[in-house]
Amino acid sequence: MAKIITVTSGKGGVGKTTTSAAIGTGLALKGYKTVIIDFDIGLRNLDIVMNCERRVVYDFVNVVNGEATLKQALIKDKRATNLYILPASQTKDKDALTIENVGAVLETLSGEFDYIVCDSPAGIEHGALMALYYADEAVIVTNPEVSSVRDSDRIIGILQSKSRKAELGTSVKEHLLVTRYQPDRVTRGEMLSVQDVEEILAIPLLGVIPESEAVLKASNQGVPVIHDQKSDAGQAYGDAVARFLGEERPHRFLESQRKGLLKRMFGG
Amino acid sequence: MGLLDYFKQESRSSASIAKERLQIVVSHERSRRHQPDYLPALQQDLMQVIAKYVNIDPDEVSVQLDHDDQRSVLELNICLPKD
Repeated sequence: MAKIITVTSGKGGVGKTTTSAAIGTGLALKGYKTVIIDFDIGLRNLDIVMNCERRVVYDFVNVVNGEATLKQALIKDKRATNLYILPASQTKDKDALTIENVGAVLETLSGEFDYIVCDSPAGIEHGALMALYYADEAVIVTNPEVSSVRDSDRIIGILQSKSRKAELGTSVKEHLLVTRYQPDRVTRGEMLSVQDVEEILAIPLLGVIPESEAVLKASNQGVPVIHDQKSDAGQAYGDAVARFLGEERPHRFLESQRKGLLKRMFGG
Repeated sequence: MGLLDYFKQESRSSASIAKERLQIVVSHERSRRHQPDYLPALQQDLMQVIAKYVNIDPDEVSVQLDHDDQRSVLELNICLPKD
């Protein structure tokens, strides 16, 4: 039985797809057979972030409609063995997904994979509900910024009321992932700290990903940033995956780089 | 931050303002999370009925649904004007 992990946030543009690609890749690199499913029907992007956009023949909606088999639609990642991608449809109606047909696909995948990572679309509408309904665990991607934190709280409420686990009287295991973190701005009192965000959302912290040039570079090249283990963001995602798997690792990249005396006096 | 900034008295950081605003809005939204969808409409209807008889300030009306183990209580709070 696979474990189903939904990567969600409510707000758009906070790093859900980047995170899905990184965590999915990280789990695969640790030896677990993993599939990442793009639930953003109509706006598929996981494929381009993972550099398989030219290999998409069939998609998730083709599979639920019975127009293609899972085997035909799954794309094998070229970098990480054990990793597969199920792309979203670019053209179909987003209401094509239902609790029943998504359940059937997840059931089939569950027999073959260790982890199923569901990359949720933004918002709290149908697509987001489909992505989170079957979640065993959820990674709530949050930027240290008011609208993102507020939307994360909303999506946590939805996980606690509308997921299958909630309906069955249990709960989805929640993980907070703070992304685009800028320690120097936190020091200057210009940005919410990780502690602030943790305190407001009151869910356990999985990791903190620093604002990093490596993230854009990674998506430019279609290589999930976790492959770039020289970069701060790549290392931070590596830590997050290790923690997800039960390892204890200290949080890094929470402190700003020390500035020299001259820089501090004269700015810059 | 330059030398001059040390002399500027900035009373509160924007991050602490953000935190306080978030705490307020999030706790407000959480308290409404378990309320039924019809509550705002119910509040509207109640206000219209009361406004037929008394001149009330819409901000002075609150409708809340509270639950405990035994029962649910619909609490209606209306501040009537003095005369």
